Amino acid sequence: MNVLVAMSGGVDSSVAAALLLEAGHEVTGVTLRLWGGETDSGCCSVGDVEDARRVAAQLGVPHYVFNLSDQFEAAVVVPYAAAYASGRTPNPCVECNRSIKFGELLARADTLGFDALATGHHARVLRDHGSVMRLRRGVDAGKDQSYVLYMLGQRELDRTLLPIGEITKAEVREHAARLGLRTATKTESMDVCFVRREDRRDFVDARTSPRPGPMVDTSGRVLAEHAGVAGFTVGQRRGLGVALGEPRYVVAVDSRTATVTIGTRADLAVDRIVVRDLCWVDGAPGRETTLTVQTRAHGATGVGLLDGCVVHLREPMTRVASGQVVALYDDDLVVGGGIAA
Amino acid sequence: MYLDHAASTPVRPEAVAAMLPYLSESFANPSGAHRAARAAKTALEEAREIVAESLGAVPGEVVFTAGGTEADNLGVEGAGRAARNAGLGDGVVTCAFEHKAVLAACDRLEHEGFRVYRVPATRGGLVDLDALADALDEATVVVSVMLVNNEVGTVQPLDRVAEIVEQRAPRAVLHTDAVQAVPWLDTTAAAARARLVSVSAHKFGGPKGTGALVVRGGVALQPLLEGGGQERGLRAGTVNVAGAVAMAAALQVTTERRSVEAAQVARLRDRLLDGLNESIAGLFENGDHAHKVAGSCHVGIPGIEAEMLLVALDQAGLCAAAGSSCSSGATEPSHVLAAMGVPRADALSSIRLSLGFASTDADVDAALELVPTAVEKLRRSQVRTR
Repeated sequence: MNVLVAMSGGVDSSVAAALLLEAGHEVTGVTLRLWGGETDSGCCSVGDVEDARRVAAQLGVPHYVFNLSDQFEAAVVVPYAAAYASGRTPNPCVECNRSIKFGELLARADTLGFDALATGHHARVLRDHGSVMRLRRGVDAGKDQSYVLYMLGQRELDRTLLPIGEITKAEVREHAARLGLRTATKTESMDVCFVRREDRRDFVDARTSPRPGPMVDTSGRVLAEHAGVAGFTVGQRRGLGVALGEPRYVVAVDSRTATVTIGTRADLAVDRIVVRDLCWVDGAPGRETTLTVQTRAHGATGVGLLDGCVVHLREPMTRVASGQVVALYDDDLVVGGGIAA
Repeated sequence: MYLDHAASTPVRPEAVAAMLPYLSESFANPSGAHRAARAAKTALEEAREIVAESLGAVPGEVVFTAGGTEADNLGVEGAGRAARNAGLGDGVVTCAFEHKAVLAACDRLEHEGFRVYRVPATRGGLVDLDALADALDEATVVVSVMLVNNEVGTVQPLDRVAEIVEQRAPRAVLHTDAVQAVPWLDTTAAAARARLVSVSAHKFGGPKGTGALVVRGGVALQPLLEGGGQERGLRAGTVNVAGAVAMAAALQVTTERRSVEAAQVARLRDRLLDGLNESIAGLFENGDHAHKVAGSCHVGIPGIEAEMLLVALDQAGLCAAAGSSCSSGATEPSHVLAAMGVPRADALSSIRLSLGFASTDADVDAALELVPTAVEKLRRSQVRTR
């Protein structure tokens, strides 16, 4: 196949390109320029573009850079700031996968005549009975990234290759070392590429108008004033600015009244999750299908049944912040998911 | 298939032959006091004479630099700082569609407290002379207007600029970035009224990393690089002898063959443009055709993303360009087209096919086949996916 490989300059996508080449595919590398700001630190900085270019050169494959910064601004950055400003906790990497990598980039791959798009994600694409496409967790449970790909449907999966999901991270590094790739020992990027975690509040405030409001306990008693809802996310424990003896958490953020509610760990427990914008890998599951419920990229999962847009949990889970992804699995196959209301 | 001569040209065989001895046996530092140094020094000064003669200067007016960007930086920043230190004023005037090497130098001066005016260009790709006149005053110390625009290839009315500057800003030094002019224009005549003139060797068949700034008598410059006092104290650092010699050889050949090569390339370019016009619906040209140098073909294709077209062309084996490239290699929207008032959508669908002395009829034939095919492929796919 003639494959376009999204190369971030990291070790996973470098090895993805190399393995596809070894498997006999025709490979072209592409690196996306998504963000040109000074905070560029994650997956798209000039240094990373150079790493990707050098790996492509070493593999002897063509390499291009697509400037998708306008699309990234519109589809990822603006909604990100708006979400925080209205008390939600967005997942920009998911939106980037949805709109940029498996949206705009996949469309460009089509236009340029590529048969498939490959990335370095740790997840697996399977073809079931030769027709239905499935998305499965990566082999390396600790590195599985199927959660951030829950939005891929038949149309996308049919043209997607994820070779890295078939091997462990240790094997990825072994391949990189075997091939002498310059990215073999590169550390992983953990932050959002356009804003450092500690700068998030200032970033959002600069793009929206912060709304101060009351911080209350679960009985409605005002404990303090806060400078804006963008500084808080459900489940947050640090930086609340109140000392109450036992650990306290943000249990709710109401942007209409700019109210932040503080409670105990017990107040975070929920037995149902309302999910909006549901999408499915291959159609909605039946109401009797027992689903594994995952509400963070890495972390504990729950079990539940879906009824309309409500997931009824068998055991209580920690409340998920509005705006976060709720991915639903049947065993280790992604069924689909949506955004916590 | 190479149609990106405005980005860089092949090195002329004469330039390669000229520089090789200075990369091998004649390696000495020209500043030394021994026989080996004298050989290098002689070669350097002979190169300086050739460069001076080709650009209408005297040898003492040629400062060798590490390329066009350094020449632009030295001309603009050096003249600005020297004039302000002498109490002559603090005004700097340039055009918004200059090369980034000039614009960045102006930004630097603005940061240092200079008053900087960036006048717009006309839709046809010429500096707006009325706006230029309005921006000038008694305290203007540097005016920088390029001789030929690097993206759209338009020749600027530098004589008119010089007249206006002399009338309105008698203290100002006129700098011109002539980097794109050398292959096409008699630079001696075209830049005669500029006091500072920048050139870059790799745009006319010389190697990269070497250029020159002509500093006409009486222009005071504050150097950017200080050290051993080379280049009359204007540019410290051991001079790139091989580069200077190669530049001189390339410039000599370019000057000798200019009228013949320019006529040949103009014929090729016209054939290319006419052919594209016939085969691609809606194609438009950026920059007023009557003012363009022979090698420039800058066209917009409605509904096509230039970035995608460049990839499709590269896949088909044709090297072309769009906008200007940033350090990451991504295509940036062109500041030149923006300064000309070209709508952003048109700018993002425009590509530059630039011809040079090495271009042939076969290149044009290939482009006339590959460009329409690639455009058709992109357009078809858009219809399918939308």
